[in-house]
Amino acid sequence: MKKMKLVMVGNGMAGVRTLEELLKLAPDLYDITVFGAEPHANYNRILLSPVLAGEMTLADIMLNDVDWYRDKGIRLHLGKKVVKIDRGARKIIASDGTEAEYDRALLATGSNPFILPVPGADLEGVLSYRDIADTNAMIDAAAKYKHAVVIGGGLLGLEAANGLKARGMNVTVVHLMDWLMERQLDRTAADMLQHSLEAKGLQFLLKTETSEIVGGADGRVKAVRFKDGSELAADLVVMAVGIRPNTELAESAGLYCKRGIVVNDTMQTYDPKIYAVGECVAHRGVAYGLVAPLFEMGKVCANHLAHFGIGRYQGSVLSTKLKVTGIDLFSAGDFIGGDQTEDIVLHDAVGGVYKKLVICDDRIVGGIMVGDTADGSWYLQLLRDRQDIHDIRDHLMFGQSHLGNSGHQGRSNAAAMSDEMEVCGCNGVCKGAIVRAIKEQGLFSLDEVRKHTKASSSCGSCTGLVEQILASTVGGAYQPAESKAKPVCGCTDHSHEDVRRMIREHKLLSIPEVMKFMEWRTPNGCASCRPALNYYLISTWPHQAADDPQSRFINERAHANIQKDGSYSVVPRMWGGSTSAAELRRIADVVDKYKIPTVKLTGGQRVDLLGVKKQDLPAVWRDLGMPSGHAYAKALRTVKTCVGSEWCRFGVQDSTNMGIALEKDLWRMYAPHKVKLAVSGCPRNCAEATIKDVGVIGVDSGWEIYVAGNGGIKAEVAQFLCKVSTAAEVLEYAGAFLQLYREEARYLDRTVHYVARAGLDYIKRRVVDDGDNRKALYTRLQYALSGEKDPWQERAAGAAKHEFELLEV
Amino acid sequence: MGALAEPLVAVKWVKACRVEDIPRLGARVLKSARGDIAVFRNAEDEVFALADQCPHKGGPLSQGIVHGRKVTCPMHNWNIQLEDGCAVAPDKGCARRYPVKVEAGEVFLQIWA
Repeated sequence: MKKMKLVMVGNGMAGVRTLEELLKLAPDLYDITVFGAEPHANYNRILLSPVLAGEMTLADIMLNDVDWYRDKGIRLHLGKKVVKIDRGARKIIASDGTEAEYDRALLATGSNPFILPVPGADLEGVLSYRDIADTNAMIDAAAKYKHAVVIGGGLLGLEAANGLKARGMNVTVVHLMDWLMERQLDRTAADMLQHSLEAKGLQFLLKTETSEIVGGADGRVKAVRFKDGSELAADLVVMAVGIRPNTELAESAGLYCKRGIVVNDTMQTYDPKIYAVGECVAHRGVAYGLVAPLFEMGKVCANHLAHFGIGRYQGSVLSTKLKVTGIDLFSAGDFIGGDQTEDIVLHDAVGGVYKKLVICDDRIVGGIMVGDTADGSWYLQLLRDRQDIHDIRDHLMFGQSHLGNSGHQGRSNAAAMSDEMEVCGCNGVCKGAIVRAIKEQGLFSLDEVRKHTKASSSCGSCTGLVEQILASTVGGAYQPAESKAKPVCGCTDHSHEDVRRMIREHKLLSIPEVMKFMEWRTPNGCASCRPALNYYLISTWPHQAADDPQSRFINERAHANIQKDGSYSVVPRMWGGSTSAAELRRIADVVDKYKIPTVKLTGGQRVDLLGVKKQDLPAVWRDLGMPSGHAYAKALRTVKTCVGSEWCRFGVQDSTNMGIALEKDLWRMYAPHKVKLAVSGCPRNCAEATIKDVGVIGVDSGWEIYVAGNGGIKAEVAQFLCKVSTAAEVLEYAGAFLQLYREEARYLDRTVHYVARAGLDYIKRRVVDDGDNRKALYTRLQYALSGEKDPWQERAAGAAKHEFELLEV
Repeated sequence: MGALAEPLVAVKWVKACRVEDIPRLGARVLKSARGDIAVFRNAEDEVFALADQCPHKGGPLSQGIVHGRKVTCPMHNWNIQLEDGCAVAPDKGCARRYPVKVEAGEVFLQIWA
């Protein structure tokens, strides 16, 4: 099939990101041509400020060099300004006469700096701050001249002023409004910002209107004159008073423009063959000037260009971070508030900390942070997810406590860390390495940082820190993903919830069926999505969907835990942590017979045999004659118990037998993640039931049930679910809760994550208050587990031989 | 024929197994004098052979999840390309690759003797 022709006008970040997304989705659909007015390939415009400040070089901020276009087979015309779109003939025409025909055109013409219409605005030494040429001109001027005036006290103006100051100039910022950055900050925050910038040596003239730029005899700027008649000496003037969407080309082609090129939610202009993204567009009446929304637009646009036809751009919540070294500032959403909103404010003027959250109907709608921006990403996430904050309102202002997290010295503030300090304790990644990778590789998302540095890619406990580092390095370009719509993996845009719903509603019974029905982009998925799909299928359609061993992680395929040397570990099940002389004797014999090097007690009251050769596994299982402990699976692991009323002088309930009953009821239960239970016979809680997925504590009058505790990466105390009187009730309530988790949680969510999202009130409604629903859940669980065999004894009897036998030459 | 026309090292094709002995989207381990070799079969029934050692930390690639023409190492999730044994960027490094041919359903590997 002949390829369609796509021509892109404008070679900036929004446009090229759209092409990248498009090539990911449909690498061979289009023959692509790109026109760029600048002589450079695609660079990271938001890092111009560090270049100006001398912290980075131009080479550091290139995102896609010329080779990238060549490798992707894209025809690139640099330094050619497009002057005409002939919509009749479907042709793009550049100023030098170069023409390109299109089937689809993509306008990414960006924006132009607004130049104040005052006399002298065209003098030599008057610049805007927009591209590499402007930046270089400022760097040159800083080397030769002394006095700089920056007109405009917004984000860009302050970054320009800071950069020029760092290059040794004497800088004054002139601002028309009452306070700095009035579109992002309230007065208190702006005053604090102004003080810290003054401490760095910048000077400010607020409420000051420029009336004229005065030139000298040499034709170069000499001074700036203000409305009150006063003057300020200047041999460099930078105008940073705003940007205007660049709609000139679109308007000349007759496309409808109003404060930008008007597009719909699929980024289509009024000509259906022409799309537009980036700063040049007006979407629902809003033109965006920050990078993050542009990337979101690019993703949607690429999806439609690729003929996938899903995804709508529905506008963005903006957040800002100032990229001035040493100043921490964050702002998002509606930070001023009004009659319908309430504020929570923390203000420590001496300590230099100001935090304000604006709340409406128990949801965060905006906020400002100065001095301590550690929790900015978290607040933004709550804002975007429209999360109900009623339950956490009393400690919301103190941030997301990372105190329970292990692996990075209990730190929760990335800004205060030095470059040598370790951020990711699993992979040994320091802060400096992360910052370097973000800058040098041009990374914008958490996923990209994970791929390149491995930080936060293992246990994930340092994710908050990595997000902070990302946010402070790329500024407002970083937006945490909307967690509610997070895609399963790179093979699809569908969320976990979408996939589960489709499997249920359309009775999909195999992985290939799901992938076909939901238009997976890869032929057979990847190591992330296949195990998830396999779990969703077998948990939604037990006894109907077939389990696919090749889509299970090796531990679940081999029914043992792989170790670093490729050997395996074997943990036989000991019901409720109880064992016998006969079992221990068999274990000892197995250890001798198969020369098993290490025998260890686990934290879950069992015995771990480590260093077993894979080919020995079936025989080891046969000789042990004990059931699988599922220590290798996303499934019920252990039910830890204390000895209870049978022996203990304090015990009030028979916790050991309660634990055994629970374990016999629930073993072989696959789940989104591992599941651990514990039963204590009295409130002294020797079985540590309050850090388990389900914890049961015996009291004189019955049993208390706790759920969603966790003892690992993030220590989390289980929450009280309810109190029941009989052992049968414990089985039913615990089973019903776990079945709800099995049906609704995302794959790899522990119960703590699931309950945090669903809310304990919801769990109580479904499991405690609604008796019919509880019984139905418990019945579904029993049905799923019925007839499920012990995988070890099946394999000891010869099943799945190929998994364990070696081939010989 | 001069002596130089003789191959310096004897090339021989070694029979490993039948294609159906390898699970689709899976692998088998072949014990050889050169160490363990992972023999993969993908969804299209293509067969590939690599040294059973991830270039990262030596994890057994044979135990990974196979997808497309890649395998994900079970140790730290590196993705390795089955055709050439090299890690998918940004990771770097290659596992040794062994030439494979399939004749009448039999899988042969070329192992330099």
